[in-house]
Amino acid sequence: MTAQRLRVLAAMSGGVDSAVAAARAAEAGHDVTGVHLALSANPRSYRTGARGCCTVEDSRDARRAADVIGIPFYVWDMAEEFDRDVVQDFVAEYAAGRTPNPCLRCNEKIKFAAVLDRAVALGFDAVCTGHHVRLVDGRLRRSVDLAKDQSYVLAVLRRDQLDHAMFPLGDCTKAEVRAEAERRGLAVADKPDSHDICFIADGDTSGFLSGRLGATPGPIKDESGAVLGTHDGAHRFTVGQRKGLNLGGAPDRRYVLSIEPVDNSVTVGPRESLRVDEITAERPVWSGCAPLTEPTACAVQLRAHGEVHPCRAWERDGVLTLRLDTPAAGVAAGQAAVLYDGDTVLGSATISATARLSEGAAAG
Amino acid sequence: MVYLDHAATTPVRAEALADMTEEFGRLGNASSLHGSGRRARRVVEEAREAVADALGATPHEVVFTAGGTEADNLAVKGLYWARHRADPARRRVLVGAVEHHAVLDPAKWTADHQGAVYEELPVDRLGRVHPDVLRAAIERDPGGVALVSVMWANNEVGTVQPVAELAAVAREYGIPLHTDAVQAVGVEPVDFAATGAAALTVSGHKLGGPVGAGALLLARGVDPVPVLHGGGQEREVRSGTLAVPLLRGFATAVRLAVAERAGHAARLAGLRDGLEAAVRAAVPDVVVNGDPEHRLPGISHLSFPGCEGDALLMLLDARGIECSTGSACSAGVARASHVLLAMGADPDTARSSLRFSLGRGSTDGDAAALGEAIGPAVARARAARERRR
Repeated sequence: MTAQRLRVLAAMSGGVDSAVAAARAAEAGHDVTGVHLALSANPRSYRTGARGCCTVEDSRDARRAADVIGIPFYVWDMAEEFDRDVVQDFVAEYAAGRTPNPCLRCNEKIKFAAVLDRAVALGFDAVCTGHHVRLVDGRLRRSVDLAKDQSYVLAVLRRDQLDHAMFPLGDCTKAEVRAEAERRGLAVADKPDSHDICFIADGDTSGFLSGRLGATPGPIKDESGAVLGTHDGAHRFTVGQRKGLNLGGAPDRRYVLSIEPVDNSVTVGPRESLRVDEITAERPVWSGCAPLTEPTACAVQLRAHGEVHPCRAWERDGVLTLRLDTPAAGVAAGQAAVLYDGDTVLGSATISATARLSEGAAAG
Repeated sequence: MVYLDHAATTPVRAEALADMTEEFGRLGNASSLHGSGRRARRVVEEAREAVADALGATPHEVVFTAGGTEADNLAVKGLYWARHRADPARRRVLVGAVEHHAVLDPAKWTADHQGAVYEELPVDRLGRVHPDVLRAAIERDPGGVALVSVMWANNEVGTVQPVAELAAVAREYGIPLHTDAVQAVGVEPVDFAATGAAALTVSGHKLGGPVGAGALLLARGVDPVPVLHGGGQEREVRSGTLAVPLLRGFATAVRLAVAERAGHAARLAGLRDGLEAAVRAAVPDVVVNGDPEHRLPGISHLSFPGCEGDALLMLLDARGIECSTGSACSAGVARASHVLLAMGADPDTARSSLRFSLGRGSTDGDAAALGEAIGPAVARARAARERRR
């Protein structure tokens, strides 16, 4: 496949992974151009230094890596698209009581949509990134480094997007990537991994959301509807959360079970009530197989770096239904349900609702 | 490689390079009192005389700097401080709306940190500041104006300002006018005395000299407060050990550029017209920006409707054709040009523009290569723009 010389746009964040990915693409004989995405109209407002991927410093690191690799380098201004499709979406999802994954959204809407579209129009054949994932015969597979595997946040990509994707790092570990960066003389070899959300400069997601959504107090209820206390903003909570409830004197450990935007209430309950075995999810994307229209045994991952659960899955009228063999806890609406066959991604959909059918796995 | 970015920087002339190479091999601090120092000082003073002679100034009026940005900062901040100190009522800093950031930013800084009042002089659609606009601005409070700064010629669109007329207006009110002539020297007839400006900026690397050398011409009696304090090497207005080799190369470049100006400008204008004809043949709806009557011969600033300038730049770069979006970058992202916006362009048009600039070494072949590459590049850039919501 790599015998063919492609015009490749390497998205370079300024981190070690994308630098090595670009270097590998160039070494494979492709005609590679490095592009750093400017995602903020005011780069100083985003995470600085090692923590992010969107600052002036990161842009310089990316440029230096491109110099060392010996490829042209440009900065593309994607601030407008990023704000609209990722940041505003993030805020809107929380406002609706869901828990979004902005990295996933960035892959879906920015890197493999806005950037890919522009790249293809300008004559590129593929977009290359430093994601830890394999692309084999057009299907996504987990990285060999399971601790760094990013298939979960890429499973949202359609087949036509994957057709123009290049992931050169999926067959090696993060440690190997760092060693290779060192060997190639890339100064970012020791740069710490990025964490958290790049557009929240101080890491205070709750404070960021309060700034956008205001801090509207509301009730904390139990499953019977009895009010146990108040919170100062439902966006501060996610399903499965235990900290920050401040229900002084409550005898049992309680967890957030659900968030209801209509009356701004947060429902809490014991751990057992968190466990669900039926999940419905919207906007399914099938990149690894034909849509599963009949209940099919597979495995599902319900959050980034989460465990996988054996299940049966099927799509009907654009809605994906999942029956878990054994109940899972802390399943939040807004997260992706990613279906796997072994280490191969079958498809993905956005979780919209959960339910507990019965003790033990319920019958279909 | 087809280099069409001479307004960014242009090759060092062989004569200047030879002078500098020789001078770098010699020892001497121009401020030292011994023989080596006197020898170095002589080189500096000969350079000063050459620059003065070429630009219609006296040697005493030449203050060497490390380049255009430093000279602009000294003029804007230094004149503001001096004029405000002499009369605290003088707070207004009037600058052309299309000035280079080396003028705009110090002017804004004096407003943000030094109590100045920053005022932009609007330009017309061709980028010109009209003398009556300046007069009206001054008239709003003549006693409150600290200084006026209007560039000789614009670095993006190439529009040449009526500097002599503007200086005459300012002088009626006893107000010093500074002009940034970085893009003008060597292609426009720049005569400091005849212009009547109080201060004028010139830079080495735009005219075949080295980067890191320039000068601020200061008329007699115009004494800005220093920005750099230290040894007071230049008229007690600018400190720092004089860069003897660079100043020698700078002077050589200025002297030759001015001596060859008429023929060089005519040649550039011919090449530029050829370039624009070649582009128009491939892209009939291209728009030429700037003042068709009063513009620099070596700059062609073009808008390509439906394109994004940075996409075009990348596509041309891939073909070995080097140009500029013309506007300042912020972290590598080309912003919509404040020059085009001031000229009344909408942000989309401003972003659809590229600057091609010619200089020594430019040929008809450059224009032909651009003419060949620009059509397909524009087609691709348009397709890319259309896909962007």
